[in-house]
Amino acid sequence: MSSRKRAIVLAIGLLLLAAVPPVAALFNQPFYLDLFRRIMVFAIAAASLNLILGYGGMISFGHAAYLGVGGYAVGVLAHYGVYNGVLQWALAIGASALVALVIGAVSLRTSGVYFIMITLAFTQMLYYLGISIEEFGGDDGMRLASKSRFVGFVDLNDANAFYYLVLAILVLVLFLGHRLVNSRFGMVIRAARSNEARTRAIGFSPYPYRLAAFVIAGAVCGLAGALLVNHTDYLTPEFMNWTRSGELMFMVILGGMGSVAGPVLGAFALLLLEDLLSGWTQHWQLVLGPLLVLSVLFFRRGLAGVIFRKNE
Amino acid sequence: MNRNILEVRGLTKSFGALLASDNVELQVREGETHAIIGPNGAGKTTLIGQLAGELRPDRGEVRFAGEDITALSASERARKGLARSFQITSIYADFSALENVMLAVQAHAGHSFRFWRAAREERALRSAAQGVLEEVGLGARADTPGATLAHGEQRALEIAMALAGRPRLMLLDEPVAGMGAEETQRMIALLATLKGGKTIILVEHDMDVVFSLADRISVLVYGRIIASGTPAEIRANPEVRRAYLGEEVAA
Repeated sequence: MSSRKRAIVLAIGLLLLAAVPPVAALFNQPFYLDLFRRIMVFAIAAASLNLILGYGGMISFGHAAYLGVGGYAVGVLAHYGVYNGVLQWALAIGASALVALVIGAVSLRTSGVYFIMITLAFTQMLYYLGISIEEFGGDDGMRLASKSRFVGFVDLNDANAFYYLVLAILVLVLFLGHRLVNSRFGMVIRAARSNEARTRAIGFSPYPYRLAAFVIAGAVCGLAGALLVNHTDYLTPEFMNWTRSGELMFMVILGGMGSVAGPVLGAFALLLLEDLLSGWTQHWQLVLGPLLVLSVLFFRRGLAGVIFRKNE
Repeated sequence: MNRNILEVRGLTKSFGALLASDNVELQVREGETHAIIGPNGAGKTTLIGQLAGELRPDRGEVRFAGEDITALSASERARKGLARSFQITSIYADFSALENVMLAVQAHAGHSFRFWRAAREERALRSAAQGVLEEVGLGARADTPGATLAHGEQRALEIAMALAGRPRLMLLDEPVAGMGAEETQRMIALLATLKGGKTIILVEHDMDVVFSLADRISVLVYGRIIASGTPAEIRANPEVRRAYLGEEVAA
């Protein structure tokens, strides 16, 4: 598929997403506004994971950590009466980047199964830290006293405005991601995934590039965490549950690793399916599981591979 | 006489009880094609690994252009102008031939913490890479993915990626490995065009390749360099004949 056709397909997708609020209002179904906003928040998180998992080959099994850090940054500031959205979100991004720097600096010295286990272990540590802090509700979590406030810019209590803000951030993240993976930096992390020995032999030491990618991915996911806590109005350590990390990985793999639009498709497919099946039967996971297995077996390049077929 | 660009002194490496490099002494002069030959298991791969920086020696030192590089990593050595090709083809299968070489050019052209501009739109990288592809005869295959190139073309791409950084010394690890007779002739012709302009260390099994290209030859047996000299000297060396060349050259 040519890049022009690809752009057209993406534009249609965006138009459809932009049409959700008026259509939901028309049919008086605000639930869908809520559902699609949630899906887009996860699409942002999955897109950030795709940068390191799909393009960098770093199988992080702890990406939910940054959803948690971002969520706690907003929730804790709100708990102490700081509702300024700029401050909250800046802290969410900054703290996530810092946590990613620490986790990445240690875990990127390993590879393969060790890397997977170390990223998981770090996230579990943060999860149990969240559970243990009674001040912030322990494992029950706590209500967000107020959504982040952006006085004079946007009111997150306005469901439509919040929706379009999330959509705009998603588009921005995808656009920046697209620039990044084709830049010099992006070429190096892709090269290091494809053939590490060769990458060293031509003169690149992969570690600093991987670490930078890891930090960028963490920071973006931290922003998704800030969005998520505003979406749910509730802060809970469950943001960081390891099953959440698994879901993010699944969105990336299902949607298509190493494709900019892939994680968005993956997030939509997984969460819509979950919604559809859970309305149908309480044993929906029994149906979802095999579907996921089949999709991995038969769509190696994910949904993006089916839709944006490359003609080479 | 040309000065030595590479000097190896007392290089020793063992794996358990196996002494893979035993006090290796080697001098490579600027501009020469220096072949390293030896029977299977002589320690050629281990030696290449230590020259390229992938393996740390237990003892000894490697000096490159007058500088001690023993402690440098593979990527640091590459940036200093020591390039290598691999015995087992090692290219980026999902990148085009041009992108493969562009990455190698990129490694030697400014830093790569650049996040915005598409690398493929950097004209300087493109034209340099295209030039190298022409040099190795792959000019018309620039857009072909690495994975779908023919075996001989992939081997040529290996050479192109080593050439791309304009290295001072190229380490070629069995460049004709797995090639048919015709492809081998083509590779010899390609290497002959590089010869003289580049300093080359050629590790090779194929004696046709070695004797048609090498200015000097070092013979590695059981981890030791038992002789270094011109092809004629090596052919005449009784120790070499006894240890290794015997049936192949005497015939």
